[in-house]
Amino acid sequence: MPDTNRSATRLPAIFNDWFTRRGWSVHPHQHDMLEHAQDPALLLIAPTGGGKTLAGFLPSLVELAEGAHQGLHTLYVSPLKALAADIKRNLRTPVDEMDLPIRIEDRTGDTSYTQKRRQRADPPHILLTTPESLALLISYEDAPRMFAGLQRVIVDEIHALAESKRGDQLMLALSRLQTLAPGLRRVGLSATVDDPPAIARMLARAPDTCPILLADPGPDPDIAMLQTDAPPPWAGGGAAYAIPAVLDAVKVHKTTLIFHNTRAQAEIFFHNLWLANSDDLPIGIHHGSLAREQRERVEAAMVAGQLRAIVCTGSLDLGIDWGDVDLVIQIGAPKNVKRLVQRIGRANHRYNAPSKALLVPANRFEVVECVAALEAVKAHDLDGDPKGPGPRDVLCQHILIAACAGPFHADDLFTEVRSVGAYAGLTRVDFDACLDFCATGGYALRAYDRWKRLLQNADGTWQLRDPRAALRIRMNIGTIQDTDTLKVRMKGNFKPLGEVEEAFAATLTQGDTFLIGGQIVRYDGLREMTVEVTRDASKTPKIATFMGTKFANSTQLSQRILRMFAQTDWPGLPAHTAAWLGLQREVSKLPEADRILVESFPHDGRQHICVYGFAGRNAMQTLGMLLTQRMEELDLHPLGFVATDYATLIWGLDAVTDPAPLFRAPDLRAGFETWLSGNAVMKRTFRGAATIAGLIERNLPQARKSGRQATFSSDILYDTLAKYDPDHLMLQITREEALRGLVDFGRIEEMLTRTAGRVDHVVLDRVTPLAMPMFLEQGRIALSGAGRERLMEDQAAALMAKVGLR
Amino acid sequence: MNAYVFTFCGTLCHALPSGALYLPDQNLLCVSDLHLGKSDRIARRSGVMLPPYEVIATLDKLAEDLAATDARQVICLGDSFDDLAAADSLDEAMRLRLTSLQAGRDWIWVEGNHDPGPVDLGGSHLAQVQIGPLTFRHIATQAQAEISGHYHPKFRLAGRSRPAFVLDRDRMILPAYGAYTGGLDCTQPVIRQHFGPTAHAILTGRKAIVVPLP
Repeated sequence: MPDTNRSATRLPAIFNDWFTRRGWSVHPHQHDMLEHAQDPALLLIAPTGGGKTLAGFLPSLVELAEGAHQGLHTLYVSPLKALAADIKRNLRTPVDEMDLPIRIEDRTGDTSYTQKRRQRADPPHILLTTPESLALLISYEDAPRMFAGLQRVIVDEIHALAESKRGDQLMLALSRLQTLAPGLRRVGLSATVDDPPAIARMLARAPDTCPILLADPGPDPDIAMLQTDAPPPWAGGGAAYAIPAVLDAVKVHKTTLIFHNTRAQAEIFFHNLWLANSDDLPIGIHHGSLAREQRERVEAAMVAGQLRAIVCTGSLDLGIDWGDVDLVIQIGAPKNVKRLVQRIGRANHRYNAPSKALLVPANRFEVVECVAALEAVKAHDLDGDPKGPGPRDVLCQHILIAACAGPFHADDLFTEVRSVGAYAGLTRVDFDACLDFCATGGYALRAYDRWKRLLQNADGTWQLRDPRAALRIRMNIGTIQDTDTLKVRMKGNFKPLGEVEEAFAATLTQGDTFLIGGQIVRYDGLREMTVEVTRDASKTPKIATFMGTKFANSTQLSQRILRMFAQTDWPGLPAHTAAWLGLQREVSKLPEADRILVESFPHDGRQHICVYGFAGRNAMQTLGMLLTQRMEELDLHPLGFVATDYATLIWGLDAVTDPAPLFRAPDLRAGFETWLSGNAVMKRTFRGAATIAGLIERNLPQARKSGRQATFSSDILYDTLAKYDPDHLMLQITREEALRGLVDFGRIEEMLTRTAGRVDHVVLDRVTPLAMPMFLEQGRIALSGAGRERLMEDQAAALMAKVGLR
Repeated sequence: MNAYVFTFCGTLCHALPSGALYLPDQNLLCVSDLHLGKSDRIARRSGVMLPPYEVIATLDKLAEDLAATDARQVICLGDSFDDLAAADSLDEAMRLRLTSLQAGRDWIWVEGNHDPGPVDLGGSHLAQVQIGPLTFRHIATQAQAEISGHYHPKFRLAGRSRPAFVLDRDRMILPAYGAYTGGLDCTQPVIRQHFGPTAHAILTGRKAIVVPLP
């Protein structure tokens, strides 16, 4: 129970009156936040709906209520632009109702140029922003003036930032702010996580400690799998079968959030939902590829309570307060228990009522995954992977940002960087290598004496050789790896509908139709890097293959699934799914924890092998690389592969008759080293790291419009470096990152030990039930070995024959 | 060798998988768009310091082709340097490397839009070259029996885009040979318009592969 007496001693009367007028009482953790308001660092862990954000802001509002503070007092950083806008709206209520003299503004990529300039000259008391916009702010020469009086920084949804380089960039920016405003206090707000001390270490200035406040987690969620009359399909990700049942659920709830794992799935589902929506329920769609105006319209309608349901993706994942959401539906397997729990937390914002959620598996494998996830939620078994040391590509970008703001001493910057938890162990040698990379490129061949990027002055400070370079550096700030996208707009209409990936746009021919923002549109042509479309309601659409978010795999879920497979029957599973597993057991085998199962079958003119290793997506991807390399050596002409958390599917021109030798550990280990240097995953990792570190520039629209011949693939840079400068910093970073995140070779070793050479090979004449979902997986990797060469020659020969040559 | 052998305007030609054109009867090797010094130019202009290895990578590749063919005559078909300042700033090691490749060979720099003036390196500098019936120049014109570069043609086959020769009865455009070069799909009008309906592309890679152009 809230202790109003204790709060009263801390809260000014005007606040107590306001709480009373609203009929609210101060939550215990909100009170604790006030008690600890002077702590240099403080982490609050609270479920969504626990008044977490207000708890973060209360001390600021109290400090600002007297009206004495001049300039910026509190900086609020959230991972989402939408969250910043939403918080601004919510904060306005107490500030306006108590008539407090506080100016609140947000600043994101969407803020106008004039507004941004004004904010730098005359900052508000509370500024709401994102890590990228903050990085940009500290790159300006006037940053010391703007941040001089800063008292508090609130990092919202810090658990989400902790998982990515955006968090590393943010903490580097905070280290800068701490120098500009030494009295700065840091507050982190986090959803329920598996390892709170890790988040605390990230937040606090190293090596300081950071108290952790835990709010009452509230009652367990009311969570179940959706019951449908129709069984889920064998494969596929659309969950179209569940539309009637989902509509029924929407009807009996006030507001429902329908989460999808990818944007493409959200679009298709939304389209099908509308076709079936005979009652004309107001339903909206929200995802990151939609135009800002469109997203804002949906957000406004949602807040106004005008929508009964909203079909969405991760863009709504975080703690935006959408008002009266009383049901969360998750379409597709959640893949990760922690994320599921956080999503469920979006429902029912009354503090002590359980959140209500339904899981909707899209196919039968996902039924198994959903049941496993339900068990894990019930057991409070959250999954998480420890994070490695601070990435050096982000550090390189930070050094360039520092140079944009003005001359700096390497010693000072090094000290500052080491105050960031993730970089506390950074050696001076590594720091200097990053600095050298920024200054000279860091190549073994000292080529850029004349054209260095950074120069050292006589007083020892470092600065940009050409101050105009700051503009380019600022344009490339950020660590989010977005694929190149093109705007989509209706012909003759200036306002964009949204964005599609350039690779998707390249596959379109005139007359093709696809879904965007819930409409079917027809592709008319490409004009000045914009996809022009017209409305087309008559045809079934070609699917928009937006980039799907690849969720981090969870081995813990894989382990649960393997345990389920070992059962003789499956009373916990719906009959259709139990029958499907039964069929798999009948025609082939079910994978076992201590054996590797390999299935061979022809499909669609190609030979396939499906390897069930259950080592998690990253490891299965690496295994795909290694196995295809071995197959290449054995002249089996592999063409490509795709990996999921549990299996790797490889296709090629020739059948594999004996898979056991493919899994010989010494060969795999030896192959690993050679493979590391020349594979597609490494090239993709390199591209990411090199973009962040400022070696290559993002494909900015204006750059793309001009000179196509001038741009060349980052793969060329990778190959050149690998050949002529294999120890270069960028290759070190790429290797380190691939090993840690993408490769997971350690888990392949674990799988090899666990299975100890026991390989079961099942030869079939068609796809097995368990392998079927693999064919619809995104992220297929095409190989460029002898198989591809032969395929190219065959296709060329066929084309030549068609025109009557040879 | 994995070259594609054909006859162009009465002249026997080998399209090498590297992107070089070899004329065995003339013992002549022609390469286009080397763009040497590209990293230097980009660093000078933008401050972005790409790996400065495109010169050595391109010359290594050229050395291999010269060793394999033992060509006595070399035509560099324009845009051999990313700009004239980049040509001037070639370091000593690379100049020596180039000199050793030039030794005993008749070496012609054809001027391109990136390198429109003479360079301070061995060999002769010409606007265009006539070899028998063939005219070599950087940018295609309407002339017959013409071999040019400039457009960096590429072609997509079986999901892979590769630099490619493009040719019909009257003219041929060579792919860019330099290590740091991108390209333009040769079905784009800006390239396609130079060719009649029965044009072909020859893809580079491990092996030169010929395909009809749509």
